[in-house]
Amino acid sequence: MADPLLRVENLVRRFGGILATDNLSLDVIPGELHAIIGPNGAGKTTLISQLTGQLMPNSGTIVFGGRDVTGLPSYERSRLGLARSFQITSLLPNFTAADNVALAAQAHDGHSFRFWGNARKEKPLRAAAQAALTRVGLGARADVPVSELSHGEQRELELAVALATKPQLLLLDEPMAGLGVTESARMVALLKELRKEVTIVLVEHDMEAVFALADRITVLVYGRVIASGDPDAIRHNDEVKRAYLGDQHVVVAHG
Amino acid sequence: MKLQINTSNVVVALVAAGLVVLPLYSQLTGNIFILTLFTRIIIFALAAASLNLIMGYGGMMSFGHAAYLGIGGYAVGILAHEGIGSGFIQWPVALAVSALYALVIGALSLRTRGVYFIMITLAFAQMAYYIASGMSRYGGDDGLTIYKRSSFGGLIDLSNRVQFYYLCLGCLFGGIYLIWRIINSRFGLVVQGIRSNEQRMQAIGYHANRYRLVCFVISGTICGLAGALLANNTDFISPAGMYWTRSGELMVMVVFGGMGSLFGPVIGTIFFLLLEELLSQFTEYWALIMGPLLLLIVLFARGGIMGLLGRFNRG
Repeated sequence: MADPLLRVENLVRRFGGILATDNLSLDVIPGELHAIIGPNGAGKTTLISQLTGQLMPNSGTIVFGGRDVTGLPSYERSRLGLARSFQITSLLPNFTAADNVALAAQAHDGHSFRFWGNARKEKPLRAAAQAALTRVGLGARADVPVSELSHGEQRELELAVALATKPQLLLLDEPMAGLGVTESARMVALLKELRKEVTIVLVEHDMEAVFALADRITVLVYGRVIASGDPDAIRHNDEVKRAYLGDQHVVVAHG
Repeated sequence: MKLQINTSNVVVALVAAGLVVLPLYSQLTGNIFILTLFTRIIIFALAAASLNLIMGYGGMMSFGHAAYLGIGGYAVGILAHEGIGSGFIQWPVALAVSALYALVIGALSLRTRGVYFIMITLAFAQMAYYIASGMSRYGGDDGLTIYKRSSFGGLIDLSNRVQFYYLCLGCLFGGIYLIWRIINSRFGLVVQGIRSNEQRMQAIGYHANRYRLVCFVISGTICGLAGALLANNTDFISPAGMYWTRSGELMVMVVFGGMGSLFGPVIGTIFFLLLEELLSQFTEYWALIMGPLLLLIVLFARGGIMGLLGRFNRG
């Protein structure tokens, strides 16, 4: 087995008395699409936020590309090649789609203490933005302000912004959230393409999508990993079935 | 930027042209008062434009911007008092001290957000006010008279009203051009992105506070220049010029004109100071009218005067 691209060891995060991440360990191998599933409140978004540095863990380590990044702020992790999309769309609403993506490309093209030239006329940045937009099917919507894009388009733009940072690892927090059936199908098709190029950690509620896409699945319940393995193994895992079918049982077992 | 013919651009062009030919009008009619009034307006417009850079584009509500007017002014006044009359020394010192002050205040204040940021910038400006009041060598509370305006060799004579007016106007246009370049540059887009969604900008790789701080320093430096001009205009500098009410007035000028609009602060300053001049001729309680007017603008015209002009275009 290759060295993991991302290794999480004994991660703990508390919110007051609640253990949102409970001694969690996880490996992501280069090239795989690793899905993280779990019922509501399992701590999936909390985990992603710790991986990207928006949230600091109470203890444990996160190693990315052989480097301990546990204490690094999010902008430095981004520079190392970690990109995320947000569960609740998080874009720059008064900028155009192209501006949003170009700013992501610009962040990875040296520093931005350039005060004179018109950034919107920099061809390499605009070309990178256009390429990422075309990639996610928004090529024709480049000059539309984000606030005028549909929800589905905004979800795709989230992805284009993440791609423009040329990530080694893409952390996708529920990219299908709030999408209709056809939009979801488009997103799945898009992810199938992307996974050929970049390692992906996918947090998703849409089980059909997860089982169609994932190489490996990790199941979280109450911040703990209860199972990890290929889709077939997860499908037939008794504890996972209980977690999803009989939440009650797990609550009792946990308490 | 594409130049479009619309109501707001026409108004801006007319105002700019009006400012350029104003000394001519003053000479022809012998009306000196209007020239001195507009010199003052132009200096405050530069200060308001600098505040707009951080308030409108950077999302930083600084409630202590008058401190830079004072610092720039005191740099000129103190040097003049100590016998250094050359503008080539006075003005660079004014800019450097303003920048340094902004760097320190910004580094400390930018750890906070929202109301706390407003309060901490206010507190630092009040500190500067009390320090100025305590400088007994330089007049303390009573202020310091500047007996001789900054000299620039034979280049320009600041005691000549028209020459001084054009110097101020040049600084204003230069300042606005600089701000225009900045807001469209890589740096400017990053700063505006951070105002819009800081978390997102951090996630794609920007160290938000570093960009905020540089923007804060640029703004303070430009306002320091306005301070140097103002001290030369009034031939006097006192702590009162950096009191918190002055900071508030600068904010009101920006809001009147339209936050985040390039030329808005100029329009807002003209509107504010002309109205103040006009109303104070009728009543000393002019603030009683100015206050409700500000309320109306905040409630019904978020984009200020420039925002209202923009509405005409959409019919």
